[in-house]
Amino acid sequence: MSRASARFDTKKVNSELVTLTYGALVAQMVKDLDSTEDVNKQLERIGYNMGIRIVEDYLAKTGTGRCLDLKDTADKIQSAFRMYLGVQPNVVNWSPGGDEFSFLLDSNPLTDLVELPEDLKNLKYCNIICGVIRGALEMVQLDVQCWIIQDILKGDANTEIRVKFIRKLEDAIPAGEE
Amino acid sequence: MVIYGVYIVSKSGGLIFNYDHNVPKIETEKTFSFPLDVKLRYENKKITVEFGQRDGIKVGHVLYEVNGIPVTGRQLDDGRDAFEVIENENNYPLNLKFGRPKMTTNEKIFLASMFYPLFAIASQLSPEPKSSGIEVLEADTFKLHCFQTLTGVKMMVVAEPTQAGMDILLKRIYELYADYALKNPFYSLEMPIRCELFDINVKIVLEQIEKSGISNM
Repeated sequence: MSRASARFDTKKVNSELVTLTYGALVAQMVKDLDSTEDVNKQLERIGYNMGIRIVEDYLAKTGTGRCLDLKDTADKIQSAFRMYLGVQPNVVNWSPGGDEFSFLLDSNPLTDLVELPEDLKNLKYCNIICGVIRGALEMVQLDVQCWIIQDILKGDANTEIRVKFIRKLEDAIPAGEE
Repeated sequence: MVIYGVYIVSKSGGLIFNYDHNVPKIETEKTFSFPLDVKLRYENKKITVEFGQRDGIKVGHVLYEVNGIPVTGRQLDDGRDAFEVIENENNYPLNLKFGRPKMTTNEKIFLASMFYPLFAIASQLSPEPKSSGIEVLEADTFKLHCFQTLTGVKMMVVAEPTQAGMDILLKRIYELYADYALKNPFYSLEMPIRCELFDINVKIVLEQIEKSGISNM
């Protein structure tokens, strides 16, 4: 495995480059679209389209198998955060039924150096992450809902992303795995 | 160390990528005198050898050329009908070139979508609970290795029966697919992969294996 990880050079980029690029994208969208609600929706859609592709990359490079419960899923998304954003969120606030949990990010490369102006108070700046999680899980036949509960940018202590399991997409499971 | 080809089949069972790596060319040219002692027949747009196997010309081979003029369907490229030329005694001695029928892209797509239900049937036939689909399909001249990802994409490699380490190669092709196909913003999912970088890298990996084996993949 060590030789394998040496092969695909997971190119380290400066996180500020990501911050600035994402900032430019959001700023441009705020300019182009009329309502912040639309911006939130578009960010989620961009994330979704990223998610359905990035999941193959994650699976190919980690070689993980299918997860059998939501705890497993949470652990895997946690390691994906580390791979793609370089942060390790905590998995907290499990619902009693075990079908909902939260990721708690005390730092988030997307929001470094960012301050939200007064008139954009209902902008969900990190909504792209919700889209990525939803898209990626959909490709492995899990239907989830994903939304932001707390946001550092809105004065909370940390960013909290809630994930709720809706159902398994039974008819989409590949042959030989039912 | 021979790998014949790589196929990738999408979630919905369509062939999205195919690359023939090492297909042995078999062609035989021979001069015949009248009457022709090889029995030919015209079927599905090809002139095939039906009977009379000799000198490397085998039953099932296809007529490629007559006196150096290529044959398409039953017509020579100069417009004459191949059978009329062959049956006319004045044209002899005649030079005929035979070879193995080449698979067209359409036939490949057809076969790839046929593998899809086979794979599903295999998992349902299983006497044991929970079985994967076909992972290896073995014949006397080749082995087909198949790997299905969690998202339902199938990677397949056709190789020599003795070729080892094909599972590692399949994983490697999966990585390449994730890198060079899916990270290309202009590639839309489920569509045939037309990404030059992907082609190049698949080729490099296959050549590496043939040169130095699977060990340093």
